[in-house]
Amino acid sequence: MTPTIATPTIVTPMAAAAAIETVIEIRNAEKTFTMHLQGGVQLPVVHGVSFEVRAGECVVLSGPSGAGKSSILKMIFGNYRCDGGIIAVRHEGAMLDIATAEPRRILDVRRSTIGYVSQFLRAVPRVPTIDVVAEPLLATGTARAVAHARAASLLRRLNIPERLWALPPSTFSGGEQQRVNIARGFISDLPILLLDEPSASLDAANREVVVDLIDEKKRAGVAMVAIVHDDDIRRRIADRVVDVTSFAVAA
Amino acid sequence: MSDARAAGRDQPLLVADGLAKAYGRLTACQDISFALYPGEVLAIVGESGSGKSTLLQLLSTQLAPSAGRVSYRMRDGVLRDLNSLGEAERRFLFRTDWGFVHQDPAQGLRMAVSAGANVGERLMAVGWTHYGRIRQSATSWLERVEIDVGRIDDAPRTYSGGMRQRLQIARNLVTEPRLVFMDEPTGGLDVSVQARLLDLVRGLVSELGLAVIVVTHDLAVARLLSHRIMVMKAGRVIETGLTDQVLDDPHQPYTQLLVSSILPA
Repeated sequence: MTPTIATPTIVTPMAAAAAIETVIEIRNAEKTFTMHLQGGVQLPVVHGVSFEVRAGECVVLSGPSGAGKSSILKMIFGNYRCDGGIIAVRHEGAMLDIATAEPRRILDVRRSTIGYVSQFLRAVPRVPTIDVVAEPLLATGTARAVAHARAASLLRRLNIPERLWALPPSTFSGGEQQRVNIARGFISDLPILLLDEPSASLDAANREVVVDLIDEKKRAGVAMVAIVHDDDIRRRIADRVVDVTSFAVAA
Repeated sequence: MSDARAAGRDQPLLVADGLAKAYGRLTACQDISFALYPGEVLAIVGESGSGKSTLLQLLSTQLAPSAGRVSYRMRDGVLRDLNSLGEAERRFLFRTDWGFVHQDPAQGLRMAVSAGANVGERLMAVGWTHYGRIRQSATSWLERVEIDVGRIDDAPRTYSGGMRQRLQIARNLVTEPRLVFMDEPTGGLDVSVQARLLDLVRGLVSELGLAVIVVTHDLAVARLLSHRIMVMKAGRVIETGLTDQVLDDPHQPYTQLLVSSILPA
C-alpha cells in the first residue's frame, strides 16, 4: 500500500489556490440527546468539537463506535441539530453557520454545497437506478442526457451491470445498493462531501474504485470529512485524522 | 420554471401570522405563524384532534380565523391579506392558483361525469373554450398520473381508490397552480397504492416547482414528500424544522413519542 504522502498528485494552479481555503470551520460544537421517553435522561454525545477542513483535503474522524463520529457528520449536514458552538461552511462564497441557519438555507446548502454519502441507500420506490444516481445533478439543472451519461460512467466504474440500471435499487444486494449510493454521492461537483463508511461492505476491487474517486475529488479541490473503519483505506485517503474521543463528554 | 417564478423564490408565497380558531371555549388552533416559500413542501403532522385539519381550512380560507391572518402573494407579486379579498378573487385562487386534494376523492371530483370532463372542467373555468385543446390537455394529464387513456370517458365512480386519487391530482394540477393543499392524500389507500401515489406526487411537485401544504398523520408520508415539518399538539405548533431534522433528532417529548411509535417495516 502507498502512504498518502508519497502519492504523486498533479496539482493544477487552480486547485493549488483553492487548497488554502478553509471550507469547514467547526468551533466548540456540542450535542446532547434528551430522551423524554426515558424520564428525560440526558445523553451527552460530543462537546468542544473544533476542527477545520480545507479545500482538497480529506479529514478522517477516528474513534471507537459510539464516540460520536456519525453525529458530527450529521451535525455538519444539518440533520442533527447542534446545541452550541459554530459549524461554519463556505456556501456560495461566504461562511454560513449551519448551527443557526434557517431550514431553507440548509436545503440550499445541500443542493449546491454539501453532499452526504450515508451508510445505507434510502431509495424511493419505483425509481430506476440510473435516475437515483443522476438525481443530484438533475436537481441543480444539469441536462438529462449529460446527467445520465455521468451516472452511467460511475455505475460502470463501480461494476453495477448495465442490465440493472433500469431497475429500482430496492431489490439489489446490500453491496450493490451501497455502490449505487456511492455513485449518487460522487456524481455532483459539490465542494464538500461527507462520507459515512463509504467502503464498508465492498469487495477489494470496489474499495479501490472508492479510493480513486476520493483522490479525484481531492484533485478537484473538494473538502471531505470521512468515517472509515478499514485501516488500510484510512491510511490511503486521510490527509489528517481527527480523534473524536477528545470531544467525549466526561462521564 | 419561468424567470418570473425563479425571481420570486426569495419572497414568501403564503404567510400565516398569529392564526387562531376557537369554537366557543374550545380552542382548535392557537398562535400559528410561519412563512411558506415557492417550491417548498410543508408537512403538518399530529394526531387526530391536534388541530391540523382546522389549520388547513384556515390557510385555504374555508374557515375564518378568530384571530390573526393569512396573506398570499398574488400572481402580480403583491402580498394580500386573504380576508380582504373579494369573492371573485377568492374564486380565482381556488380555480387556478390553488389546488386542494381531499382525502376522499369523492369530495374533490364529480363522480358521475367522465374523467376527461373532471380534468377539463377546471380549464373551462379559467376560460378555455376549444374542445380539442381541452381534450388534449386532459389526455396528457391522465397519462402523467398514469391513468389508462382508454378510460378517459369513464366516470370516476368506476375507478379504483388509487385511480380516483390520481385523477383528483390531475384535476388539481391542470391549471398549473402555485400552491396545493393536501389533506391526508394517501389516507384511504392500500400501502402499495400509497407508495405509487407518493412517488408520483413527489415527481410532479419537484418538476412543477409547486408549493405544497400537506396535512398527514403518517410520518412516512411527511418524510417522503416534505422539506419542512410542523408538529401540532392541542392546537399549537410544538416543534418545527427540516423534515429529516425533526424526524431524526426530535426534541419535544410529544415528537419523540410520535417518531418512536412508527412500526418498523
